[in-house]
Amino acid sequence: MAQTAASAAFYKQLGRMYGTYTGAFIAFIIFLAILEYMGTPNRIIGYLFVFFTLAVYAVIGVMTRTAEVSEYYVAGRKVPAFYNGMATGADWMSAASFVGMAGSLFLLGYDGLAWVLGWTGGFVLVSIFIGPYLRKFGAYTVPDFMSFRYGGNFARFLAVIVLVSCSFTYVTAQIFGTGLIASRFLGMQFEVAVFVGLVGILLCAMLGGMRAVTWTQIAQYIVLIIAYLVPIVILSARKYGLPIPELTYGSAIAEITAREQQLLKDGLAVACTAASCPAGALKPHITPFLNYTPLNFFGIIACMMVGTASLPHILMRYFTTPTVREARQSVAWSLFFIFLLYFSAPAYAAFSKLEVYTNIIGRPIGDIRPWMFTWGELGLIQVCGKNAATLQAVIDACKSIAGHPGVVRLQDFVINTDVIVLSTPEIAGLPYVVSGLVAAGGLAAALSTADGLLLAIANALSHDIYYKMLQPMKTNNRNVTIGIILVAIIATMYLVIGGVGWAGIDWKWWAIAGFIAILATAYPFLQKANDTERRLVIARILLLLVAIASAATAASRPSDILAMVGWAFSLAMAGNFPALVLGIWWKRATTAGAICGIIAGFSLCIFYLVVTRYFPQLGVDYFGMTSMKNPVTGANIVDITKPIVPAAAQRVGWFDLNNINCGLLGAPLGFIVMIVVSLLTPAPSKEMQALVDEIRKPRGKTVMEEKTS
Amino acid sequence: MAPADTKANQEAHWAATTRLMFIHLGVWIFFGYIIHMFVNQLNAITIPVLKFPLGFYMAAQGSLIVFVVMLFMFARQQDKIDRDHGYAED
Repeated sequence: MAQTAASAAFYKQLGRMYGTYTGAFIAFIIFLAILEYMGTPNRIIGYLFVFFTLAVYAVIGVMTRTAEVSEYYVAGRKVPAFYNGMATGADWMSAASFVGMAGSLFLLGYDGLAWVLGWTGGFVLVSIFIGPYLRKFGAYTVPDFMSFRYGGNFARFLAVIVLVSCSFTYVTAQIFGTGLIASRFLGMQFEVAVFVGLVGILLCAMLGGMRAVTWTQIAQYIVLIIAYLVPIVILSARKYGLPIPELTYGSAIAEITAREQQLLKDGLAVACTAASCPAGALKPHITPFLNYTPLNFFGIIACMMVGTASLPHILMRYFTTPTVREARQSVAWSLFFIFLLYFSAPAYAAFSKLEVYTNIIGRPIGDIRPWMFTWGELGLIQVCGKNAATLQAVIDACKSIAGHPGVVRLQDFVINTDVIVLSTPEIAGLPYVVSGLVAAGGLAAALSTADGLLLAIANALSHDIYYKMLQPMKTNNRNVTIGIILVAIIATMYLVIGGVGWAGIDWKWWAIAGFIAILATAYPFLQKANDTERRLVIARILLLLVAIASAATAASRPSDILAMVGWAFSLAMAGNFPALVLGIWWKRATTAGAICGIIAGFSLCIFYLVVTRYFPQLGVDYFGMTSMKNPVTGANIVDITKPIVPAAAQRVGWFDLNNINCGLLGAPLGFIVMIVVSLLTPAPSKEMQALVDEIRKPRGKTVMEEKTS
Repeated sequence: MAPADTKANQEAHWAATTRLMFIHLGVWIFFGYIIHMFVNQLNAITIPVLKFPLGFYMAAQGSLIVFVVMLFMFARQQDKIDRDHGYAED
C-alpha cells in the first residue's frame, strides 16, 4: 500500500515536471519569435534553438546520473506506462521518420504507406508475443533472456552478434542524421556537426545509463512532436480553415488527383505504366503497386512489423516498467505517441505535392515560387537537370533543353526527399522561428534514437560480454581473450572507417587514437575499483568507445551503411524473432533448436543481402537468382530499395524479392529449423519448463531475481 | 475469490491467454495485410466530406487507429484474464 502511494506521488511529480517543461519550451519558442520580430538574424535563432535544447537534455542527463546497477540498466524498473510510452516513441522515431518519411510518401504515393504500416503495426506483436513476458523474466538485456532460456553463453553470444549487427548500422545513420540537420540549419561543417551531436548523445547517456536516457527521451519526444505538428497544423488552418491536417488532407489528395489528370492532358507529364516508366514519369498518388510489386509491398510491411518486435533497443524499453501490467499498457501508449507523428506524415506529403503540382509544375518558368531557391542552392531541388539556385539558373538550364515549352514539366523537376518536411514552414509562409523549431525537432528525433541504440549495444557488451562471459573466466584466459577482442576491434576500425578527417589525418587514426587514449585513462581506475564500480565504469567506457566508433564511421559518410538501415529490421527479424517467440510460447523449444534456428535464419538473411547487393552475378550463376541488367552498360543492377523501373519489370534475387525483405526468407527458415531440431533433441528439463510457466504468470517476483537469490 | 495456483488453473489461464493472442493476431493480419489487398476496390469508394479514397485512407490512418485501439483493449483484456485466474500483480 505504501508503495502505491509513493508511486502515485512520483507520478504526480513527473506530471508537474514535464508540464512545466512543456510550458517553458513553448515560452521559449515565443521568446525567440519576439527576438526574430525585433530583427535578430536567422542564424542566431537557429543556434539558440539547438544549443538550448541540447543544454536541457544534458542537464537532465547529468541530474539523473547513477551509481546503481539496476538504475543504470533498467532505470530501477519504475518508469510509469504513460511516460515509458513517450520515451519509446522518441526511441523509435529516428531522423528518418522525422525528416525522411514524408518525403518517401511524396515520391512513392500509396506505396510509401507500406513504411507507415510497417513501423506501427509491429507493436501489436511486441505486446501479444514478447514484451510483457520479457518484463516478467526480469532481464537486463535481450541476450540475457536467450542465455537463460537456451542454456548458456553460446546462445548469449549469438544474440549479442544479432544485436550489434542490427544496431550499429542504425546508430551510425542516426549520428549521420544529426550531422546533416545541424549542418543544414546551422551552416556548421558536417564533420564538426557530427561530433557536436555526439557530445549531446554522450552527455545524456553516459552518466545515467537507461535512467538518464529515459528521462531525456521524454523531453525529446515533447520537442519533436511539437516541432512536427506545428507547421502542418498552421498550414491546414490557413488553407482549409480547420487546424486538423489529418482530416483536411483528403481534400488535398482529391485536388492532386484532379491535377494529375490535367498535367497528363496538357502534355506536361509522361504517364507511368507497367510497360514503360521513364524517370520523372507521373505516378498517380493514390494508385498502388507502381513502385513496389505487391509481394515487396506486403514484404516491407511484414519485415518492418516483425522486425519491430525483434529489435533489442525497443524491447529493452519494456524492461523499465514497474509491473507486467504496465508493460502492456506502455506498449499501447508507445504506439499512440508514435501514431501522432505517423498519421500526420501523409498530410505533409499531400500538402507539399499539391504545392509543387500547382505552383511549380505547369507554370511559366519566370513564375515559379522563390521558396525553392534556398533548397536549390544546397542542391536539393533541381529543375531541368541543374540546381535551382536562382531564377536565372533555372531559365538558363531549361533553355538548353531542345524543344522545352518554357513551362516547367513534371520530368524537369527533381526534389530530395528531405526537403518535404524542412521546407513546409517556408511554403506556408511562416517565420524562421518555425524552421528553427523543425530543426530542433529533427535533432531531438535523431539524438533520442541514437541514445537508445548506443545504450543497447554498450549494455550488451558490458553486461553480456564482460560481466557474464569474461568476468567468470580465469584471470589468464580473461586477459588473453580481452587482448584478442581489443586487437579485433582496432583491426575492424582500421578496415571499416575511411575518409580524410580533421587536420588532414584519416578518421580511422583519430578513432583508434581515441580508443587507446580512453583505455589508457580508464586502466588505473579499474585497478582500484570495487566490483559494482568496476561494472559501471566498464559500461561507460564501452558506451564511449561504441559512440566514437559510430561517429567516426558516420563522419566518413558511408553511403552503404545508410542504405542498410532498413536491413536492420530484417536482420533482427531473422535472428531474434523465432527464438524469442518460441522461447516463451513453446516449452519444448530446446537449446540446440534455438542455436541452429538463429544461425540458419540469420545466415540466410545475410547471405541474400550480400549476394544481391554485392555479388549479383554470383547469384545468377550459382544460386538460381535473377538480376536486371543496366541497358547501357550491361552490368547487373544491384537491388536498391528505391526502384528506378516500374514495379512489374523489377527482377532481382529469388521471386523478385527486394533484399530489404530478406527477413521473409530468414524468419520462416529459422522457425522450421528450430522446431525440427528441437523435436529431434530431448525436451528441456522439468525445471526449465516450470520457469517458462513462471514467465507466463505476471504475479510474483521476476524469474531472474528468484534464480539468483 | 481467485482460484488456487493448481495445474488446472494454470492451464486454463494459459488457454485463455492463447485464445486472446490468436484473436488479436487475426485482427492484426486482417488490418495489416488482408484489407490492403483490396485497395483498388476500396479506392473506388470515397469517404464523404473528407474526400479520402477509402483504400488509401485505410493504409494511411484506418489500420493505424485500429492498432492503437486494439493495444489498449488487449492490455485490459489480458489483465482481466490474469485477475480471474489469480495471477495478476497486486
